[in-house]
Amino acid sequence: MDDRGHAEQRLVWFGCGTEAMMPQMTDERVRAGLSHEEDLSLLHEVSMKTAGVSRLEMCIQCGTCGGSCPVAKDMDHTPRMLFAMLRAGMREEVLRSNTQWICVSCYHCVVRCPQEVHIADVMYTLKGMAIKAKLYANSTAPDFSQTFVDMVESYGRSFEMGLASRHYLKHFPLRLPGMMPMGLGMITKGRMALTPKRIKHMDQLTKILNRAKQLEMTS
Amino acid sequence: MNKYLLYPGCSMESSAKAYMESLNAIVEPLDLHFEEIEDWNCCGATEYLGINLIPAYSLIARNLALASKQKNPVNGTGGTRTVVAPCSACYLNLAKADHYMQERPALGLKVNEALAAGDLQYKAGTLDVRHLIDILVYDVGLEKIRDAVVRPLTGLKVVPYMGCMLPRPDYQHRWSDHEHPTELDDLLRALGADVIDYPLTTQCCGGHMTQIGPETAFELIRRLVADADERGAQMMVTVCPMCQMNVDAYQNEMNNHFGTDYHMPILFFTQLMGLAFGREPKELGIGAEMVNSRNALANIGVEVPVTQEPAAPRKKDEGLPMPRRWTKHEDRKEAVK
Repeated sequence: MDDRGHAEQRLVWFGCGTEAMMPQMTDERVRAGLSHEEDLSLLHEVSMKTAGVSRLEMCIQCGTCGGSCPVAKDMDHTPRMLFAMLRAGMREEVLRSNTQWICVSCYHCVVRCPQEVHIADVMYTLKGMAIKAKLYANSTAPDFSQTFVDMVESYGRSFEMGLASRHYLKHFPLRLPGMMPMGLGMITKGRMALTPKRIKHMDQLTKILNRAKQLEMTS
Repeated sequence: MNKYLLYPGCSMESSAKAYMESLNAIVEPLDLHFEEIEDWNCCGATEYLGINLIPAYSLIARNLALASKQKNPVNGTGGTRTVVAPCSACYLNLAKADHYMQERPALGLKVNEALAAGDLQYKAGTLDVRHLIDILVYDVGLEKIRDAVVRPLTGLKVVPYMGCMLPRPDYQHRWSDHEHPTELDDLLRALGADVIDYPLTTQCCGGHMTQIGPETAFELIRRLVADADERGAQMMVTVCPMCQMNVDAYQNEMNNHFGTDYHMPILFFTQLMGLAFGREPKELGIGAEMVNSRNALANIGVEVPVTQEPAAPRKKDEGLPMPRRWTKHEDRKEAVK
């Protein structure tokens, strides 16, 4: 795609102290003799699949992203480390990381990044890639997203009651009794619709989404 | 009269009904006119974007396409190109889709190809997507809002909680600052409230983590509530349905998790505007919050009728197993005590 000029700009990264910071090289990469050179193909793949202009190639490994992240302590890798792994071509390790699933999309890293890397959007790309490759952390997050998408694809609107109850029933059944007072409170206070609301032209939305899915496949 | 196209978003119909009710109560005193986008659909929140890129942006763009069809002058009332979203996530998604369709024409082409399957089109850049508070502060103006106040909120100590998605990433450069915007502070001050400086104003409430990694979310909610409490706030004020839902409805769970006992009501800024404009609490959806605001509002002489409270919360469920992940920080509970 020619509309992302600086995707082509490559920064040669000298990465001081990388041995200490970088995760282990995979066996496959060592066998393939790639251990001593950069293979930026994975980095570019992720960058190209990202909405907007990701500027992922511009990362200078300063660590501002992880330092600004409110949930970094629960992540397997900080975004900085994940991007170093992308640069090292560690596809499987990156896609298996829980980092993209812990990301809360608060954009703190995005507005602070001195290189204006669109980190939050890269996280969305990694989620999509992890789902397609069926490689993801032992997390209920992909399933939650899929349930949400199913609701939207059937009704055109989200259905909080159906979503929360279905998700809790499936993944945290033991938490359900503890959640009952809250659920009942929400219902008595009129804050939970018991039935989903369907948009009028659902057929139109379905046609659009089906066509969009075809376009996604060919890209 | 200022006319706008309204994109309410799904939560305004259910969990954030109070936001919608109070929004309706302030349009008349401020001479605003909102026309709902007909047959709008969900924006996909933060979920769809991670599953399928082109469908996610097509889902969002259908709303923009419907809005651009509707923007033309009808019955001589004058048209508008401004879409107003009261929900931060909806606002961000709509603004982002518009921005990216311009920034990456290839994405715009594909999205329009998908829209064409439903006989729709959207030319990126033809609409202005703005959040409700942006309209109130910059179009209506604080002067006019101050003039409409008949019951100043003097003595009500509030912290303004903007949440994360509204001022970030700010493609349109609408806000005074990414990390500490002052729009909500200014608005609350115009209502006469005692606004406390709140450095966490744009910190995340946990978003969907309450559903998938509750421990992660509880910690974020704890930070917000504990800091507001330490600063002597009687109430937190928000502009976002997700923030309200997390801090309000999950506050009890958070208390159980950490063994704390916070009681920090969180209301929508439109509810406080309604009160200041002399409306009654029940017209503004006050009482629908899970952590009730009765005591806080008594400070300004507003009486909130007692509604039936849900059954008392269960005691801390110590013996139950935790979900598969997110247990490694369990010792945090101890640290907080």
